[in-house]
Amino acid sequence: MTPALQVRGLTVRYREVLALDDVHLAVAPGEACGLVGMNGSGKSTLFRAVLGLVPTSRGDVEVLGGSPQHARARGEVGYVPQTDDVDRDFPVSVADVVLMGRYHLMGWRRRPRAADHAAVEAALDRVRLTELAGRQIGRLSGGQRQRVLLARALAQQARVLLLDEPFTGVDAASEAAVSSVLRELVADGCSVLLSTHDLATLPDLCERSVLLHRRVLAEGPTAQVLTPENLALAFGLGTPGSARRGTGAR
Amino acid sequence: MNLDLVTEAFGFAFMQRALLVTVVASIVCALLSCWLVLIGWSLMGDAVSHAVLPGVVLSYLFGLPFAVGAFVFGIGAVALIGTVRETTRLKEDAAIGVVFTTVFAFGVVLVSVTPSQVDLSHILFGNVLGVSDVDIVQVLVLGAVAFAVLVLLRRDLTLYSFDRVHAHVIGLRARRTGAILLGLLALTVVVALQAVGVVLAVAMLITPGATAFLLTDRISRMLLIAPTIAVACAVVGIWASYALDAASAGLVVVCQGLAFTLAYLFSPTQGLLRRHGALRAGGRGRQRAPLSLTAAEGTGVGSVLPSAETDGTRAP
Ligand SMILES: Nc1ncnc2c1ncn2[C@@H]1O[C@H](COP(=O)(O)OP(=O)(O)OP(=O)(O)O)[C@@H](O)[C@H]1O
Ligand SMILES: [Mg+2]
Repeated sequence: MTPALQVRGLTVRYREVLALDDVHLAVAPGEACGLVGMNGSGKSTLFRAVLGLVPTSRGDVEVLGGSPQHARARGEVGYVPQTDDVDRDFPVSVADVVLMGRYHLMGWRRRPRAADHAAVEAALDRVRLTELAGRQIGRLSGGQRQRVLLARALAQQARVLLLDEPFTGVDAASEAAVSSVLRELVADGCSVLLSTHDLATLPDLCERSVLLHRRVLAEGPTAQVLTPENLALAFGLGTPGSARRGTGAR
Repeated sequence: MNLDLVTEAFGFAFMQRALLVTVVASIVCALLSCWLVLIGWSLMGDAVSHAVLPGVVLSYLFGLPFAVGAFVFGIGAVALIGTVRETTRLKEDAAIGVVFTTVFAFGVVLVSVTPSQVDLSHILFGNVLGVSDVDIVQVLVLGAVAFAVLVLLRRDLTLYSFDRVHAHVIGLRARRTGAILLGLLALTVVVALQAVGVVLAVAMLITPGATAFLLTDRISRMLLIAPTIAVACAVVGIWASYALDAASAGLVVVCQGLAFTLAYLFSPTQGLLRRHGALRAGGRGRQRAPLSLTAAEGTGVGSVLPSAETDGTRAP
């Protein structure tokens, strides 16, 4: 079966910093794969490289058996970035943001049809934000904003979801809600690659995981990857590349 | 207000033409300003409007319509800024500053060596009371084009301003949208040039959007409020210039500044007085980070700055 996401020999540098070094990984259709590694281990960089947001030095990426550009052009890749990237002062409502997940399905003037509004409603319902649909995007908690961005990816009807730390700053109830949405999606045949620092809940969500530390240190069934020895290796190696940037604790 | 004086003022043909040109320029600038303010590209408006100076002078020299030279230099400056920013480690504001001051200075030199038919003060501060028929046609045509593109592409422009990474991810050509926005900026500056001149065009490209931002938290409403305020300021400013016999462009921009001040003080959501009252009452509900007009953000895909974490949670 063609993997939903296949990464071969991916190498990414930011000027002098080597962020990813010869990374190989594959995510099968209908599979959730966890991406684990310390701050600065290259998780976000991997997502950005897959999406063509940073130039790669070497290696190639295939999405659903084709080029990533092709998959993006068909709206098949959904991406939820680490939240602090969003402009909180921007004058749009929650529903406006979720609607943006469907722009590629609309005509060039991006005029929403009934189906688009219905998809927005359904997506908001799924992440339990229906009551907040009319709120300005800045007047939400971090966890709520994270769920808005997930709803946008749901409304997009993407088949491959890339989630960068979807559980950071999210309370237990929201995390459970988000996890159950993800499980439903996976059951429907979507593929998910998600990075996380929450090792406790990872085995429930992802049958497979990848341990990253600039290179892939281990991959396979989550329980076998998250062994004390492997974790000591991944988290005890010191900071990869240069000093980490302020993303960790919030 | 004395109604007779109003009818008298706008009874003159030259006043009507001045009003027409100023209103058209105000509407287009105000629409564009909404996105510029939201992206943090106000400085870009500053840069493009100054950089057109040599283009205008050269157009006069070669007998071309001023719009041609202005547009070419406007686009050229944008391209040059982009190149400097992407090929060096300079921040965008430095790239903008270096390019536009140099190009502007080149224009000043050109003016100084050009025979007297070029009146620098008209280019710098506008000459709306003396517009020719050709100028009016140019302003109307270019203004209509800019207006149509801005209105038709408004949702793409908003997505680009809000989250260009997402635009890229769903396969929309974010870079192209950015290029269109900058092209529209050059076009709009050309329109505004005729009405208020190079220096004050900057104000028309920032103030209405900033004012509307203070008054609402929906971009769809900003896009109505900003042009409405700008048109009102155009009418009042032009009329006041007749009544006071003072510089029309200056008065239009002063009016816009006054409108901003009123919004700043009395905005129902973010007004200073409202916030002051809320603080005294012990509430701290709706405060927001102050609007930063100078924050220059990268133009490339993927260069998304984290927004300031300065929401109003300071306890009294
Ligand atoms: N824009 C950038 N310019 C230069 N170096 C960068 C940039 N972004 C990340 N890096 C570096 O690349 C490496 C990988 O960073 P990345 O953000 O991918 O880590 P991460 O695993 O997502 O970390 P975190 O858990 O903190 O989110 C780090 O060494 C980091 O310092
Ligand atoms: Mg990260």
